[in-house]
Amino acid sequence: MFELTEDQRAVVEMVRDFATTAIAPHAAEWDETKHFPVDVLREAGTLGMGGIYVREEFGGSGLSRTDAALIFEELSKADPTIAAYISIHNMVVWMIDAFGNDEQRAQWVPQLASMEALGSYCLTEPGAGSDAAALSTKAVLDGDSYVLNGTKQFISGAGVSSVYVVMARTADTGSQGITAIVVPADAPGLSFGPNEKKMGWNAQPTRQVIFENVRVPVANRLGEEGTGFGIAMKGLNGGRVNMGACSLGGGQAALEKSIAYLKSRSAFGGPLINQQSLLFDIADMDTELETARTLVLRAADALDRGAPDTVRLCAMAKRVATDAGFNVANKAIQLHGGYGYLSEYGLEKIARDLRVHQILEGSNEIMRLIVGRLAVGA
Amino acid sequence: MKIVVLVKQVPDTAEERKLDPATGQLDRESTDLVVDEINERALETALRIKDTNKGTEVVAMTMGPDQATQSLRKALSMGADSGVHVVDDSLSGADTGRTAATLAAALRSTGFDVVVAGNESTDGRAGVVPAMIAEHLQLPLLGSLISAEIADDGVRGVRQGEGGTLNVRAGLPAVLTVTERFPEARFPNFKGILTAKRKPVITLSVADLGVAATPSRSVVISTAERPPRAAGRKLIDDGDAASELAEFLVANRLV
Repeated sequence: MFELTEDQRAVVEMVRDFATTAIAPHAAEWDETKHFPVDVLREAGTLGMGGIYVREEFGGSGLSRTDAALIFEELSKADPTIAAYISIHNMVVWMIDAFGNDEQRAQWVPQLASMEALGSYCLTEPGAGSDAAALSTKAVLDGDSYVLNGTKQFISGAGVSSVYVVMARTADTGSQGITAIVVPADAPGLSFGPNEKKMGWNAQPTRQVIFENVRVPVANRLGEEGTGFGIAMKGLNGGRVNMGACSLGGGQAALEKSIAYLKSRSAFGGPLINQQSLLFDIADMDTELETARTLVLRAADALDRGAPDTVRLCAMAKRVATDAGFNVANKAIQLHGGYGYLSEYGLEKIARDLRVHQILEGSNEIMRLIVGRLAVGA
Repeated sequence: MKIVVLVKQVPDTAEERKLDPATGQLDRESTDLVVDEINERALETALRIKDTNKGTEVVAMTMGPDQATQSLRKALSMGADSGVHVVDDSLSGADTGRTAATLAAALRSTGFDVVVAGNESTDGRAGVVPAMIAEHLQLPLLGSLISAEIADDGVRGVRQGEGGTLNVRAGLPAVLTVTERFPEARFPNFKGILTAKRKPVITLSVADLGVAATPSRSVVISTAERPPRAAGRKLIDDGDAASELAEFLVANRLV
């Protein structure tokens, strides 16, 4: 589990080459100009990154969750924002591949796996975040269609994505009354809010998705009515591991920049790295990331095996890795002094991008709730 | 059409490259070994033919120690159909003449319509092996091209010379070498990486090829470490810095 196979090394090497040539040189500019690089995502798609752990039958890459964690960490070293969007896209494709029937898979997986079409995940609403089971977007059955009304909040890729997997209420029975429905971008009545102004993640759009009498065929429903909440949560198990891996990549990049800086910057008669307290900071950052990486790989392995403690491990890994990534990035700013605060050094961007990982795909408080409840058997 | 691409495993140019003072040979332990970038461009040239004409067969061929098989694996992951690895302890330290004779024999036994190689490697930088191979095989060499068209009825290309460009062409079979003006190579995709190990790689020894076991004709007499970088010279501008700088550049043959 902890020693990479020859294939994994080759995969990581390719992703590193791709990320350092196609993503890293542009990350600062994309952040500044809020540019969503659809062309680069397409290129990632041709390399197999659009459906990493999706079965090969309809164009997925058929890799493992462990492979995916390694890939997301590597992408995120170049740009956490792009890595995180690719993670969300993969979650959407996996949900369609895992819970869709063969017709649905044949219709949507090929275009999504190649990233010719992008996907968005629509769960959160203005009035339902951590309490996702309280969502109120309605899907009413009318003949052989569902008619959707409501608003989804904080939707990554919204306005650019072609495919929206929407969790909507089909019955007033709490989490048991939620159904997953695929909504294409061109469905009449679908519209989007303005691109949100935000702290980080500027290279991917975040918008409201608004449904006004949006009519889609019943054939767009994933699984049975009332199974949507379970589908959404299963998607998030993998999403949490991936988001953890994205945090590791950002943190690792910040650590490496800090090591280089402390070696080259002189003060008080020698390189800063000779100050033992700063060396201890580096040790703590390295240890915190490696601890988190170990847990991320353990959770990914649990997902691959369908282990009974998957939910617990994914929640733990998400919390530990997203905290570790942000802490390390924040510490890296401190180690760089005033330069860390300048955009030019790239550290403040990492911290801004990683901050949201502690909030989304289940806030870290919700992760503690999951772990705590499982621990006490509540 | 069958295209053989010659690939060489070299130390990563991004790192410090060293010779082993005891043997005078490359110290393979001290650096990451990668496929020479110019060979990746050669492979890309062949793969583009294959993209448009599915009947094209692309073979990657290398000569080198056991670990050189990694560079074949990379070529296979990028899209080559099969690999040929010429490996033999007696080839350790082979000079350009022996390398070319051995590769020519391997090419003869593999068969080909076109051989594509890089114009020179980033480690040895002799830039003569492809020409020597063409000579052994009695084939035309289209060397140091900046562009090429490979078709069933022949190859044509533009060769960069010191005084201008030459339009060159030859019938098949032929040997051609590419320069950095050729497009960068593609990344291997995940599928390519995972299927690479299922593709065939043939291993050939000197005995298999019937190459005479003569030692290299050239021998390394001595090697010296690169001297540590000396401090540069600073010009202080007292009003004549420009002419001083110009003199410096002329004196050091930098202009």
